[in-house]
Amino acid sequence: MPEVQIRKKLISVEEIFHEGGPVAQKPLRRATALVVIRNPYAGSYVEKIEGFMEDLKPLGLEMARALVKALGGDPKTVEGYGKGAIVGSAGEIEHGALWHVPGGYAMREILGDAKAIVASTKKVGGPGTRLDVPVTHINASYVRSHFDAMEVGITDAPRADEIVLALVMTTGARVHARVGGLKASEIKGEDGLR
Amino acid sequence: MTSHSNPDSASGSRLKIRKIATFVEETRTEMGQKVDPPTRRAAAVAVIENPYAGQFVEDLSELMTIGETLGELLTQRAVAALGIAGPTAESYGKAAAVGENGELEHAAAILHPKLGTPVRRVLGKGAALIPSSKKRGGPGVALDIPLGHKDAAFVRSHFDGMEVRINDAPRANEIMVAIAVTDSGRPLARVGGLTKEQIKGEDGLR
Repeated sequence: MPEVQIRKKLISVEEIFHEGGPVAQKPLRRATALVVIRNPYAGSYVEKIEGFMEDLKPLGLEMARALVKALGGDPKTVEGYGKGAIVGSAGEIEHGALWHVPGGYAMREILGDAKAIVASTKKVGGPGTRLDVPVTHINASYVRSHFDAMEVGITDAPRADEIVLALVMTTGARVHARVGGLKASEIKGEDGLR
Repeated sequence: MTSHSNPDSASGSRLKIRKIATFVEETRTEMGQKVDPPTRRAAAVAVIENPYAGQFVEDLSELMTIGETLGELLTQRAVAALGIAGPTAESYGKAAAVGENGELEHAAAILHPKLGTPVRRVLGKGAALIPSSKKRGGPGVALDIPLGHKDAAFVRSHFDGMEVRINDAPRANEIMVAIAVTDSGRPLARVGGLTKEQIKGEDGLR
C-alpha cells in the first residue's frame, strides 16, 4: 500500500452576508478543505489502484473534521456538501476517482449518516487549476435551495505528480434562494433524494 | 470567525460588507524535504461596496475610515484563522482589488492612510512597513499579497507572497480588501541575509 504523502493543506471559509438583497439574519458559511498529496501512480499505467482508497480514509476523516471545526464546530449546522479532485498532468482522471469513497463516506460519517450522495467533480490540470465543486443538501439531493458550487484551487498545485483532494461543506441555502422546488423543511429523508 | 452578525452594523461609516473569506495554508513538505514545523499563513479578505463607484470624488476620506475598520477586523480574522496570539505573528502584508467602476486611488485610500494602525495594534508590534499591492480587475482576479517580516523589513527568509482570489469578486461596484498574516517564513528558506534572530527592531528595517 502506498503511503499518503501530504505536501500542503489549505482551509478556506466564506461568510456571506448578502448578494445585493436583504442582509441575511444568519450569514451563510461555506468552507473548503484542500490537501495536496503525492500521486503514487504518476508517470505510468498501474492496473490495480483500488487499495489506495483504503489508505485515504484517515485523511478523509481528518479533512471532514477540519471543515466542521472551520464552520464553528457543530456538525448539526452543516446542510450542504460536495467533493472533488484535481489530478496533476502525470496522472489519470481515474486517480481522481479514488477520492469518491474515502472523501464521501468520511463526510457522511462525521455528519451523522447523511443520506444524500455527495455531489462531485474532477479533472486533470496544472498548478493553479480551478475546480467548481458542486454542492447539494446532505440528506436530500433534490432540495433546490441548496444547489450551489464552490470554486477551489491552489496557486502552486497540483504539480505533475500530485493530486489536490477537495471537500466542501456549507451551512445553508444560497443567500437569496427563491426559485421554489423541494424545501429543506419538506425532506422525507428516506432515499437521500427527497 | 464565529461571529454571526454582519460586521457593518457596528460601524457608522458606509461600510457594506457582502462577504468575508479566510484562507489558511500549511506547508508540510517541499521537494521531498520535511518542513518542520510546517509553515503557516492566513489571509482574510472582505468584499465591500465601493461608495465611489462610477463617479469621480475628490475627497476619499470615507474610504480611509473604512480602511481603519477593516484593518482591525481582517487582522483579527487572520490571526484567529491561524489560531495564534497576535504578537506571535511573524510577517504581514495587505492588498486590494478594485472592481471595474472604481479607481486605483480607491484602493490606495483604503490601504495607506489608516489601515496600518489597527493591524499593528492587533499584532502587538510591527515596526516595519506593511508591504502592499493593488490592482483593478474583474471577478476572480488573482490578488498577490506581498509578505514581509513585521518588525524588520530586511529579514530575507520572510520575503514572500500569497495569492488569493474569490471567483465572484470584485463585481464592478465592489472592492476586495485583503490582509495576510503568517507565523513563519518561506518553507526551507536558505538564501542568507538578515535572519529573524538578528532583528534589532529599532527602525523597522533591520
